[in-house]
Amino acid sequence: MSAPIIEVRGVSKTFGRGAGTTQALNEVSMSVAAGEFVSIIGPSGCGKSTLLRIVGDLVEPTSGTVTVKGKTPHQARLDRDYGIVFQTPVLYEWRTVLRNVELPLEIMGRPRAEWNGRARDMLHLVGLGGFQQHYPWQLSGGMQQRVAIARALVFNPSILLMDEPFGALDELTRERLNLELLSIWSQTSATALFITHSISEAVFLSNRVLVMSPRPGRIERTVAIDLPQPRTAHTRATPQFFELVTHVREGLREDPAVAAGRVVIEEPA
Amino acid sequence: MSATAGRIIAEPRRSARGPWLSLLLVAGVVAIWEGAKILFNIPTFMPPHVHEIIGDFFRRGGSGELWLFIMAYNAAYTAWEALIGFVLGGIAGLLLAVTFARWRLLERGLLPYVIASQTVPILAIAPMVVVWLGTSWVSKAVIAAYLTFFPVTINMLRGFHSVDRDALALMRSLAAAPRQIFFKLQFPAALPYLFTALRISATASVIGAIVGELPVGSRFGMGVVIINAAQYYNWRPANLWAAILTSAAIGIGFFHAVAAVERRVVRWRPADAEPWQG
Repeated sequence: MSAPIIEVRGVSKTFGRGAGTTQALNEVSMSVAAGEFVSIIGPSGCGKSTLLRIVGDLVEPTSGTVTVKGKTPHQARLDRDYGIVFQTPVLYEWRTVLRNVELPLEIMGRPRAEWNGRARDMLHLVGLGGFQQHYPWQLSGGMQQRVAIARALVFNPSILLMDEPFGALDELTRERLNLELLSIWSQTSATALFITHSISEAVFLSNRVLVMSPRPGRIERTVAIDLPQPRTAHTRATPQFFELVTHVREGLREDPAVAAGRVVIEEPA
Repeated sequence: MSATAGRIIAEPRRSARGPWLSLLLVAGVVAIWEGAKILFNIPTFMPPHVHEIIGDFFRRGGSGELWLFIMAYNAAYTAWEALIGFVLGGIAGLLLAVTFARWRLLERGLLPYVIASQTVPILAIAPMVVVWLGTSWVSKAVIAAYLTFFPVTINMLRGFHSVDRDALALMRSLAAAPRQIFFKLQFPAALPYLFTALRISATASVIGAIVGELPVGSRFGMGVVIINAAQYYNWRPANLWAAILTSAAIGIGFFHAVAAVERRVVRWRPADAEPWQG
């Protein structure tokens, strides 16, 4: 494994001031190597989204340092190193699907002649070649999220940050999109950081799973996922997959709050 | 955000039924109006008969002109004043909203005065503006603008503030310039709010123009017609009602003009998110 692309050292984050403070993260350290797919899993309120947003320079850490490709996250953001997929698709409803995917190229001031071809290629890659002129409201939730993935990758970012992108989808759609995400991702050279609260999703997608606990948010254990590549629908049926799922689940149970039943590992509504 | 494709079919049915419903409603109101007059033996000047009001448009005025043309001329005059005021007020309201959204401190400092400006009765302000700016259409347009800008400012501010947080985060992650964030996200996201405001302002601007014509010295416009008709109400009540109908027609026309522009501009919305059609 090569040198880390993302390096998080002793990062803490406290929200609010005075009596109303919440410690979202406490002394979190982790790193992601180039080309790795790392998932962070944990119950609601364990600060996993906050950690992702700190890496992406959308939230400032209270203390600790983050290095991205040897730079500050701020510089990495200015260099357009991040493609981000959020929990909701966050498509601009006044733009067609094609124009939504073109948006990053537009913002970056790439030549106009380049937009259309790049965006079309990305839409074909996510299987939405025939929906370029549709408006977002005409698409299902799963299709919208695929547009969001196309938008995140259209400018070839070196880091793909995904904040529970499939959390709002049903189980079947989610499993299908997991497969598609892997095949799309394997065609890029992006390093992926993926937030989820689905254990099987984390195991299926990742090279490594970081298990987090809440109050205050911290990394409980790291599980290396040595499932063979490429992963297919069959992967989910292998004993090795079940073993790893169990291993991650145990990591979540280690947290006393979860064990006592006070914190429920939520499945999405 | 998420939606089903089934909504696409909703539109044609709606727009076909709307006009018929309106006609039916008008017929119903006329029936109740005339029925009440017969039932309770209401004298003519209370409300005149509907046919008397319609007939008033075909009566000849002092100069020998048909009232239909007198009304049309004055209505056009008022509509012109209102239109200028609408455009001026719309631009002013928009600029104010953009300024407030950009500098929150200004919003906190000045918004109370903007709100206060609307609590002063327009009837008290109109004569002053007419004295300052003269009795031409300019003063009326300014009064119309005074009523127009406020809904635009308030709604656009709401529109700017309601932009999805992750939509902003996306712009931030792309290192977008403030100008890009405004034109590619905040402004288009606030457009539906702008049109809601413009619909309110469309009718308010007509009211403003008419109120501006009320002070002594004005010679044209629906305000002048209304003042005159009110003075002779006991003698010829139908004239005032005809003036009211004409004024209402201007406001309705303005409203629908804005709605028509909105349908062309805000094309991305599903048909049944459009509560005002018909």
